[in-house]
Amino acid sequence: MTTANQNAVERYRNNFLKEVEANVEEGDMVKMCMQCGVCAGSCPLGPHWEHSPQKIFMMIRAGKREEVLSSDSMWMCTSCYNCIVRCPRQLPITHIMHGLANYAHRLGLAPKGQPTREFGTLFWNNLVKKGRVNELTLTIGHYFKDGIAAGIKTGLAMQAVGLGMVKAKRLNPMEIFGGHAVKDLKGFHAMVAKAQEIEAKKKGFTA
Amino acid sequence: MADKFAAYICSGCGIGDAMKVPQLEAIAKKEGKMAVVKSHHFLCNAEGVQMIKDDIANEEVTHICIAACSRRAKTEAFQFDGVAMSRANLREGVLWVVAAGKEHDEVRQEMAADYVRMGCAEVKKMKQPAGNVKESSSKRILVVGGGMSGMTAALEIADTGYEVVLVEKSGALGGMAANLWKRQPFKAPYAEAQDTGVAAMVARIAATPAIKVHLNSTIGDTSGAPGRFIIQVAQESGAVVEETVGAIVQATGFSTYDMAKLPELGGGQANVVDQAGLEALAKKANGGAIKRADGKEVKSVVFVQCAGQRDDTGTHLSYCSGHCCGTSIKQATYFKDQNPDIDTVIMYQDLRVPGMGEDFYRSAQQKGVIFSKSKASKVTGGDSCNVTFKDLILDEENNISADLVVLATGQVPNAGVDLEAWNPIVTAAEGGNEEAKVQRDAMRTTSVLKLNYRQGPDVPQFKHGFADSHFICFPYETRRTGIYAAGPVRRPMDILQSTDDATGAALKAIQAVENAAVGRAAHPRSGDLSFPTARLEGCTQCKRCTVECPFGAIDEDERRFPKFNEERCRRCGTCMGACPVRVISFENYSVDTVGSQVKAVSVPEEDEEKPRILVLACENDAYPALDMAGLARMTYSAFVRVIPVRCLGSVNTIWITDAMNSGYDGVMMMGCKKGDEYQCHFVKGSELAHYRMSKIGDTLKQLGLEPERVQTTEVAITDNARVVKMINDYVAELEKLGPSPMKGFG
Ligand code: SF4
Ligand code: SF4
Ligand code: SF4
Ligand code: SF4
Repeated sequence: MTTANQNAVERYRNNFLKEVEANVEEGDMVKMCMQCGVCAGSCPLGPHWEHSPQKIFMMIRAGKREEVLSSDSMWMCTSCYNCIVRCPRQLPITHIMHGLANYAHRLGLAPKGQPTREFGTLFWNNLVKKGRVNELTLTIGHYFKDGIAAGIKTGLAMQAVGLGMVKAKRLNPMEIFGGHAVKDLKGFHAMVAKAQEIEAKKKGFTA
Repeated sequence: MADKFAAYICSGCGIGDAMKVPQLEAIAKKEGKMAVVKSHHFLCNAEGVQMIKDDIANEEVTHICIAACSRRAKTEAFQFDGVAMSRANLREGVLWVVAAGKEHDEVRQEMAADYVRMGCAEVKKMKQPAGNVKESSSKRILVVGGGMSGMTAALEIADTGYEVVLVEKSGALGGMAANLWKRQPFKAPYAEAQDTGVAAMVARIAATPAIKVHLNSTIGDTSGAPGRFIIQVAQESGAVVEETVGAIVQATGFSTYDMAKLPELGGGQANVVDQAGLEALAKKANGGAIKRADGKEVKSVVFVQCAGQRDDTGTHLSYCSGHCCGTSIKQATYFKDQNPDIDTVIMYQDLRVPGMGEDFYRSAQQKGVIFSKSKASKVTGGDSCNVTFKDLILDEENNISADLVVLATGQVPNAGVDLEAWNPIVTAAEGGNEEAKVQRDAMRTTSVLKLNYRQGPDVPQFKHGFADSHFICFPYETRRTGIYAAGPVRRPMDILQSTDDATGAALKAIQAVENAAVGRAAHPRSGDLSFPTARLEGCTQCKRCTVECPFGAIDEDERRFPKFNEERCRRCGTCMGACPVRVISFENYSVDTVGSQVKAVSVPEEDEEKPRILVLACENDAYPALDMAGLARMTYSAFVRVIPVRCLGSVNTIWITDAMNSGYDGVMMMGCKKGDEYQCHFVKGSELAHYRMSKIGDTLKQLGLEPERVQTTEVAITDNARVVKMINDYVAELEKLGPSPMKGFG
């Protein structure tokens, strides 16, 4: 079999669609898309990403696994819900987009250095630590993600805002030393672990 | 009984306030020469109507002119059996369209007076049509074709209480549907393919004594007209059975577009089938795994939609067959229902699923059928088929392999002989061309109905060879009265549409046999009892009427004179408009009934600066549009005089010359849209009128007149605002041209 034929065998097959159905939140609705393009036309971020939801759904059906999972599109969704309210086939597009992002992230196929992905990771790790978001460490972590020099530069630029917030008692500088946690931190950690276990089981994750 | 003429003038609805009714009465009496003239303040109420009825009963009035509202209004009140009647339109035609106010009193009164003159003149030339009740008229109905449409028509007709003769050329009923494994869902929830129901229908037909079935039979010859068709049913054995019927339903269905014409899409190669081919495989599988011809189980299948259809290169079918998207969806579910792991891809450009098909589409998506908006450019068959295509969403060239490829080819109507091709051959054959004679005889064998009509053996075809007629207003109608097309022979359609269609055609056929029995016209002049007759002493055998009748109603007799088949006639008057020696007329509509109106108008002298414009308006669209302009109180020039005509095709050029000779400044003709997208109720009338008028230039020149003085226009029933503008613009144009030089010579 020639390579062209090899590829032809893989394309427009059920395989990837089935994979998405099994692993992605609301992935079983992908097949119901009728390719009308309303979502593509409704997305305010449309011009800024690689593939519209319409295209992503078609790519899934065309079996383009790598391209879909490494696309930046799902990461650019701002959850504005414009597409959901307009989709004539009632696809939960926003949820599917985030589901795809999550799946790509787990598989390690999501685009490296994608800002939303990085911030999301930072946010999650920060949150899980104490059961609440530590605004100071989160902000600092975010400023310094691109290195010390860049961090200092952004920090200086944002100095006035920070001081204003401290004055207004919206920011406690002491939080820099680890910060306070939710009441039952152990219970919280157990809860997150259980939720992850349930989700993994539901979607068949092994890792 | 001697003719006695009466005129009744209504002063109600404001007519009496805006016009001088006593003066109109005097005109009816003196100029119209009416024996009885009366006015009434509310003519259409019980008292007014009774007044007229009394005159008919006691005064022996035989002809009446009602000067009141439009002939299209109050038709129930003003219905008097046994008398001839004309209507002068004072309300919609004068009161409502002439600008209000004293300064317009004079022109308004003149207009009203002319309409009274015209109404009186017309009724004097009219005769009340007696009708033409037949002593024996058949009410049996022939159904040609025993497929889904034909079987449905036969059962519907029989259920309504009429006898049916059903002719099927193959050895069994069921047609195309009998070859299907299943049909698209036609009942809620429209999610699963359903049983075709053919077997049950065949059984019902067998159990219905009113349906006489001829299998393995074709139509050998059809002669006659509605109510008296004589059919020679040619049986396979060579025997011929004669059947007499009153109407015909042609349900001859379609053939599939020949796949061999699609070599680029793999037509003819192994493991590339059309939809009919797939049905055969599915039937063979009988619910089990579908296998290819070579016995291999199909694990992946690609459907290529619009194969050889919607083609804009002119090579293949240019139209959409409408059913094939749904059919492919259905066929994809054959695979998915049997084994959900089979890869099924439908490549469509636009998925067209009419009716409730959208639900079926969703159901197939639910089952995992992959729909790809793409255009296939190349298919190769063989053990592993390959489809090269362009994904139109992802905008990229691609190819895919599959065990089987199904081409969604289209429907080609089985409509018989194309008369456009037939006519020149017959003309040549009649001119003695031996080759043409052979060609003609060969062509006749391909005819479905083998009509013995002067205009050819089958019904005229409309677009793309379909036996349709008026797609907007009159589905099922063909251009042959009493012959109704149903199902895919009329336009591409699926089974559900075909059965609806067949039901409609069945009812039409029943109407036709009932109408024929009492000499009534079929649509659009339903119920009309008049019919055309020709004074053959004057006929020059020019054949124009025979050739131009849009409905093929006229044959030739042994002496080559026109022979009118009244039951086939729709009463359009196109023959009357065609006849150069004006020997064709109806009792109540003739060259004289209109001509006398043209001449009755009092045309002012040149120095009065009051032009007169004759408007000949088609009664189907233009005249109602004018009435509606009145209803909306739009105003137009009071210089026009409108005469409704049955069809622009009935306009005889003598009316134009008469008008010009009488000093009219212009003639405006308003007919329906002509051409391919025609809306003419008589199909060809408007077109013929436009053609005839394009030749009138010479006549005008002889009279020393400008060609602008005769205008032919197209008007739709919704054009009330446009029609007003057209009139006013034309009047302005004529004013610029100056008065007709013919004034005062008339
Ligand atoms: S709006 Fe819905 S159906 Fe239309 S393309 Fe987007 S997801 Fe598909
Ligand atoms: S019904 Fe579908 S496949 Fe058939 S011609 Fe129309 S669009 Fe093409
Ligand atoms: S009235 Fe019309 S349908 Fe009848 S014979 Fe004349 S042209 Fe034909
Ligand atoms: S058009 Fe008039 S003259 Fe010509 S064949 Fe017919 S009836 Fe005779």
